[in-house]
Amino acid sequence: MYDVVIVGCGVVGAATAFELSKYKLKAAVLERENDVAMGTTKANSAILHAGYDPEPGTLMARLNVRGSALAGELCRALDVPYKQCGSLVVGLSEEDRPRLEELYRRGKANGVPGLRLLDREEALALEPNLSPETVGALYAPSAAICSPWEFCLALAETAVNNGAELHLDTAVTGMERGEDGWTVHTLKGDFKARYVVSAAGVDGAAVHDMVAPHAFDISPSRGQYYLLDKSEGDRVGHVIFQCPNEKGKGVLVAPTVHGNLIVGPDAQPVEGNDTATNADGMAFVKATALRSVPSVDFRASIRNFAGVRAKSGDDFILREAEGAPGFIDLAGVCSPGLSAAAAIGEYAAGLLKRAGLKLVKKDAFTVKRRRIRFKELPPAERAALVERDPAYGRVICRCETVTEGEILAALRGPIPPRSVDGVKRRVNAGMGRCQGGFCGPRVVELLCGELGLSRREITQDQAGSWLLCRETKGGGERV
Amino acid sequence: MYELIVIGGGPAGLAAACAAWDRGLRRILIVERDKELGGILNQCIHNGFGLHHFKEELTGPEYAGRFIQLLKQTGVEVRLDTMALDILPDAEGAAVHMVGRASGYRVERTRAIILAMGCRERTRGAIGIPGTRPAGVFTAGAAQRYVNMEGWMPGNRVVILGSGDIGLIMARRMTLEGAKVLACVEVMPYSGGLNRNIVQCLHDYDIPLYLSHTVTDIRGKDRVEQVVVSKVDEKRSPIPGTEMVFDCDTLLLSVGLIPENELSRQAGVEIDPRTNGPEVWQDMETSIPGVFACGNVAHVHDLVDFVTEESQRAGEAAADYVIGRRWEKGAGRPTSDERTIRLKNGDGIGYTLPQRIAVDRVDKLCTVAFRVSRICGPSRIVATDGAGERIAAFNRDRLAPGEMERVALPRVLLEKAAGDVTLSVEEKEGESA
Amino acid sequence: MKELICIVCPQGCRLKVDEEHGFAVTGNGCPRGAEYGRVELTAPTRTVTSTVRCEGGAHPRCPVKTDRPVPKGSVFSVMEALEGVALAAPVKVGQVVVENVCGTGANVVATRDLPSV
Repeated sequence: MYDVVIVGCGVVGAATAFELSKYKLKAAVLERENDVAMGTTKANSAILHAGYDPEPGTLMARLNVRGSALAGELCRALDVPYKQCGSLVVGLSEEDRPRLEELYRRGKANGVPGLRLLDREEALALEPNLSPETVGALYAPSAAICSPWEFCLALAETAVNNGAELHLDTAVTGMERGEDGWTVHTLKGDFKARYVVSAAGVDGAAVHDMVAPHAFDISPSRGQYYLLDKSEGDRVGHVIFQCPNEKGKGVLVAPTVHGNLIVGPDAQPVEGNDTATNADGMAFVKATALRSVPSVDFRASIRNFAGVRAKSGDDFILREAEGAPGFIDLAGVCSPGLSAAAAIGEYAAGLLKRAGLKLVKKDAFTVKRRRIRFKELPPAERAALVERDPAYGRVICRCETVTEGEILAALRGPIPPRSVDGVKRRVNAGMGRCQGGFCGPRVVELLCGELGLSRREITQDQAGSWLLCRETKGGGERV
Repeated sequence: MYELIVIGGGPAGLAAACAAWDRGLRRILIVERDKELGGILNQCIHNGFGLHHFKEELTGPEYAGRFIQLLKQTGVEVRLDTMALDILPDAEGAAVHMVGRASGYRVERTRAIILAMGCRERTRGAIGIPGTRPAGVFTAGAAQRYVNMEGWMPGNRVVILGSGDIGLIMARRMTLEGAKVLACVEVMPYSGGLNRNIVQCLHDYDIPLYLSHTVTDIRGKDRVEQVVVSKVDEKRSPIPGTEMVFDCDTLLLSVGLIPENELSRQAGVEIDPRTNGPEVWQDMETSIPGVFACGNVAHVHDLVDFVTEESQRAGEAAADYVIGRRWEKGAGRPTSDERTIRLKNGDGIGYTLPQRIAVDRVDKLCTVAFRVSRICGPSRIVATDGAGERIAAFNRDRLAPGEMERVALPRVLLEKAAGDVTLSVEEKEGESA
Repeated sequence: MKELICIVCPQGCRLKVDEEHGFAVTGNGCPRGAEYGRVELTAPTRTVTSTVRCEGGAHPRCPVKTDRPVPKGSVFSVMEALEGVALAAPVKVGQVVVENVCGTGANVVATRDLPSV
């Protein structure tokens, strides 16, 4: 019997597991995919918003500001790439001015620190590549960028290190309430728990409907992005938003913690978790981005992708479900979900406490995580590292300078990757300009060796995404 | 302190190192990131290499093997499984930071450097194919490695986008290994590969080639299930209503190669946006004295034989640089009182290499490699000087962007040229290809 | 008159072969093109390149080729004959892997050295 079962290990599920692992209780996270961070968490803008956007008084507003601050601390403690680069909302016409002022007022009401309205010259001095049409900007120094999947992974790993269980490939198929709590049916058997937390992203409503009367809809909204090569990584130094107006929210242009430039998203309603890109959407993103930063060179594109945001109404749905005592919904977590995630974790613990769960702090809770990044070390430390472990002397991914030692460390970590992209999310191998063309086969070889699998069993990413189908040249001995 | 460090032990690096040794250098190091020499030739198991250089038809591994044997007869040092990470040029030469499993992290000093890192393949992200993101989309070179080196098939039913040589070669290779290759799709109205590969890789196996078509959608959640191919108009935009759907599990991309110059850029070498490689002088020296470039790092070649020839030139020039006899041999860059001619691209020319010529240091002929930017019938390649005077012309029956061309400009003509020289294509009226 | 693209070298000459007059070839840039034009229309041949299994070497496959062109019609038979063949490292370039493959008179030979590891 578990005290709490969490359904879903995206950043919200991971943050909740992290929070609960501080307490003396038995918790398990059930994830249907073969890795954590497989939904919205791996495909979004990778931005920790300052918090001037949400309507004051909403959960979004409160948890965004608190969550972004927490995320900064957690990224530092857990060695997650993070940079507080600040953001600019850029006005491109006189009509944008009142909107910038409105955002400023909202931000003040939400408690966003350091907000400032900039005139044209100030904005261009801060970001020389902004459009000459710029009339002014809202500057938010607290906005930051991070690696969303590594943030999720770090939270989940810390939870696991502190005693939480993580069950991958464990899709929930049904749930029922018995006398002493919940029975959660999964493809890997039943889990009994006193409390269930649903952090199921796009499937939040479907999981809710397993236990309680239909209460909300999730309207999946797809956003498409360009990721540009590091040659474009310095195009802007801040996250550049466009001023939302009747034409839409505009798209953002931002540096990433990995040194690339990210551009997007658009917003298209889709059915379910449809992450296909389309030519019209990509053309829209490109054309719109060029309005605020006209010099972005899209020929440097190394990847396009889309993520689906689990939107439901105007605010997050974070509450005990009506008619299902002990079942907590963490649903409708669209933007600024990544920013708010850590605060949602805290909030979820509060909801569980109110629902009757006893929260007693553990004596020993370890928040510590360090990852070796060969590329970032000075020569003397590189030399010492290779001396100690020669695997760090073999560069596997040449675009991102990722060594065999780093990949092996990930494969021996608390949540080992089981796919080529799982390795990529942990150590960046294959994330560069050649997109794994060179290192892919070498990563496959390491996966096979470490996990004792045949090449036929290795996937690119989720289950079913097989890479190689059969050996050439049969078998047998004739010569 | 080395006299020369060659970065890359593929065909370019091997030829350059051997040539530098033959010209008298004795402290040469090749840094190779793979566990063996030979570079990409090791996975190019098909034949067709060496007709120019060895006057016989060899496979890729055989061609590489010949040079590896030649290298063994020299005293050139080789460090395998070692990656060059940084080049820091200074007054006496440069420091090269490198790391290897066996050799550890090392900083080696050298007088001269030859960049021979080759190129990489363009990817799906670079060309922005819409659709889902399933497994099963491979660059042709990655698939070639799986099939030829590791003995694993990446799929059973295959569509190939791009008609570059690697794509064509892989169409045949996958077919021979039992896969069904459904189509080869090329966005341009002409193939990007050699004609003979169209014949022996596609026609021989009845694989259709769709010119002026492209992939407009990839379908499938986990693994590729279908690709949609559409006809394109003259602006290369897909024409609605022309879609063909192929049921397949694999899409191979052969959509271009990009010289791999991150190390060069970071060292401060000037890059020509047309070649995506270093701007070089006639002897393959880059904008940084003592740093040379050759092979696919300088510009993408079709034929390894020409890589060899170019790399030998670079190796000899690097040796001359170190030994200090550049003036006698007529190599090197101009002193302040000597003339520089910049080669400019006129109508129909995509790029030229070299980009700069030190006229007084050209031996007798200056070889200029170039690609045209469109298909041309019977034509003249014309070199015009700054005053509009035609200084040389060369006839060609047919020109295609997929085939690198070379002409040799005599020094005597370059000396007479006023100002910079522009290379352009003049199609002969009234004659068909 | 039949039109062909010569595959002997990268030049890719456009040949015209006169079947009615002794397979006379025009459009060829070299004598080998004339030979190719004649042979291609009478008894076409191809060199087959592929791999075979290799145990104990640096790679699990060793590249091979037929040491001379084989009849075009027997290309797939040659591929079949390589199925199941396994070499043991060390392998030397030129080493015969299959003699007189499919009765074509051509030997399948290794195209690289594969030292044992």
